[in-house]
Amino acid sequence: MADPRIVVVGAGPAGVRAAQTLVEAGLRPTVVDESPASGGQIYRRQPALFRRSYETLYGFEADRAKALHNAFDGLANQVDYRPDTLAWNVYDGVLHTLRDGVAGKLPFDALILATGATDRLLPIKGWTLPGCYSMGAAQIALKAQACAIGRRVVFLGTGPLLYLVSYQYAKAGVEVAAVLDTSPAGGQLGALPHLASRPALLAKGLYYRAQLMARGVTVHNGVVPLEIEGPESVAAVRFRDGGGQDQQIACDAVGMGFHLRSETQLADLARCTFTFDGDLGQWRPETDRDGRTTVSGVYLAGDGARILGADAAEISGRLAALAALTDLGRPVAGHRIEDLRRRQQTMETFRRGLAKAFPWPAGLARSVADEVLVCRCEAITAGDLRAAANLKGAPELNRAKAFVRVGMGRCQGRFCGSAAAEILAETRGEALAAVGRLRGQAPVKPLSLAATRETSS
Amino acid sequence: MNASGSANVADVIIVGGGLMGASAALFLRNRGRSVILLERGLVGQQASGVNFGNVRRQAYAKDARDYGLDLEIIAGNSLRDRYPYLGREVLMGSLGPIDGHANPRLVAPAFGRAASRAGARVEENTEVLAIEKVGEDFCVETRDRGQFRAPVVLITAGAWATAMAEKFGEPVPAVARGPQMGVTEPVPYRIEPTLGVSSPLVEETVYLRQVSRGNIVFGGGNRNDVNLETIRAYPDPENTLNQMPQLRRLLPGIANLRIIRTWSGIEGYLPDDLPVMGSSAKVPGLYYAFGFCGAGFQIGPAVGDVMAELIDTATTVTPIEPFHIRRFAAGQPTA
Repeated sequence: MADPRIVVVGAGPAGVRAAQTLVEAGLRPTVVDESPASGGQIYRRQPALFRRSYETLYGFEADRAKALHNAFDGLANQVDYRPDTLAWNVYDGVLHTLRDGVAGKLPFDALILATGATDRLLPIKGWTLPGCYSMGAAQIALKAQACAIGRRVVFLGTGPLLYLVSYQYAKAGVEVAAVLDTSPAGGQLGALPHLASRPALLAKGLYYRAQLMARGVTVHNGVVPLEIEGPESVAAVRFRDGGGQDQQIACDAVGMGFHLRSETQLADLARCTFTFDGDLGQWRPETDRDGRTTVSGVYLAGDGARILGADAAEISGRLAALAALTDLGRPVAGHRIEDLRRRQQTMETFRRGLAKAFPWPAGLARSVADEVLVCRCEAITAGDLRAAANLKGAPELNRAKAFVRVGMGRCQGRFCGSAAAEILAETRGEALAAVGRLRGQAPVKPLSLAATRETSS
Repeated sequence: MNASGSANVADVIIVGGGLMGASAALFLRNRGRSVILLERGLVGQQASGVNFGNVRRQAYAKDARDYGLDLEIIAGNSLRDRYPYLGREVLMGSLGPIDGHANPRLVAPAFGRAASRAGARVEENTEVLAIEKVGEDFCVETRDRGQFRAPVVLITAGAWATAMAEKFGEPVPAVARGPQMGVTEPVPYRIEPTLGVSSPLVEETVYLRQVSRGNIVFGGGNRNDVNLETIRAYPDPENTLNQMPQLRRLLPGIANLRIIRTWSGIEGYLPDDLPVMGSSAKVPGLYYAFGFCGAGFQIGPAVGDVMAELIDTATTVTPIEPFHIRRFAAGQPTA
């Protein structure tokens, strides 16, 4: 029997470890990645001719980054690696790709989706001004190009990335005007028992915060963001501090993010069943603990399945590969799976701690003022969405999209979907789960009409 | 929901809240009939909501001349002067000056709301499980929403109507297919007419329109397989890839635009490309309007009006006899 065709999407921590596990089992997987080099977002490599050291680039994670890069580079002759390649659709057992304007097809027996995550965003008055970036984008600018998003930057939002990116900017010599965390300090204390499940990681988090303090960076907890002020580009951030006082901080750029959301469009197009995760207030594809979805032959790993971070992603990449191997009838040592599952459980405990320490500020999303843009692609305000819900009776998100175009633009709701769901639920007086989620539609990202087909497949 | 209460009784029950059902509900109310419209999901979610949105008369040009339809044939320099964005391979065009287009996502729900305001009961999320004639009345059984009764039932359930007609002993050879739709990112508004390629080769038959927002909506070529049970139609990426070179031939200038979304829907097609419209040949009080073969959107409100007239007055001035379901009865030559 011919070797099974296994395709891994994503070459971050989860995708790399999945590919490695498959190679160890004697297979030659295909690895499709949108980036020009492996490493994913967290261990993103710098462009050719850039000469920063691993320590400079990745800090505490230098060894892990190096290990992951070396692991993938070591597979060079044993995987069919396709960088710079967009996976734009899954249909009928075939992954559809696009590279250099050429559309290709990859039929598969097993598909491991390690598609990572993007920032979860919240519309705030002025958030579409030039100079306002997502937290992830702020970090990419620094890691990839050694560029800062501004000279005097406010970081706003919540989640572990808020402190990490602020620290990285401060360390790189950028003036961090303030760190504004919407989560109350008390919640972070309350989450300590869960967070203590990964003491090293907790220690890193505390270190970043201490370093920010030591550099004289003001950190505010429990803030209510009021406005990112212009007029033409970012000039200041106005917010209410934890004590109820309004404050204004001058800056020329804002990095903003409220933890992360899984990139799940490919799982959706593969027709995986999604369930509502009440802890996160997000829909995510249903998986078993090894990453099997409800669709036979389709597996999820890493932050694309659930936000557990890079270390957990490496474990889940291995688990998903072992699950695929098991399902394909290949011999897999049971103790290996057991060991990985045990380690994954610790990650899960920590994740619950993070959710407690850095809650998604649903209330802020629900109370967004009518004039604030929610959907940037289509320029739809919160008021437009509320009006559609009230006047035309949109009981769920896809209906609201049909009526008012929220989530109908280039990003397909990846950036506005969370907030739009909160606003719709609030307007209708219903639970978040009741308004559903925006259905994924191909292409996963915009597809040029100039694309041509591969001459032979 | 009370299963036996008088609240669940009306003059007419309409099964299927697409454009046909919603407009029939409105026009029946205008004629003073009490109406309950039962829709499994939300009004206008299936074929009515996902189609191209054409409001055209081109397809009927051959027969339409007798009705004074004003079509203009344009070719050569005149075509280039007026539509400089057309590709060099476009040799000739037939322009319907008052053709247009509308937004399918908005139209059927608007008819549903209008019917509601006119006093129709529009019951969404109400799936019909069985329709039976009990004495003079039809008894309509729904999932979790009880029973509904009426002396008249109108089935406007699109691709799903076939199974219902079959239960009444009137099978039709319908197939369910999905249109292959897509839309580009927005660009400044330029393309005023709806454009469609006329060709004997099905893969060449793309069509497109630019909406005022600037996006170019396109469709055409091969249709998609659909699944009536999962109630969801996924566009086949092969069809999207086939459309791309055809769109570039028609409008070379859009080659550098990007497709931001594709979709499909579930439509009923009949072998003679005509719909089923009119009364049942077997069951008094039962009416059908379905199987519009991908061309129902533009005539939807008229279909609702005609069906309301037929149900209210037992006749209609519109010549719909060729659409009667009896053409598929055993012993009838199939067209």
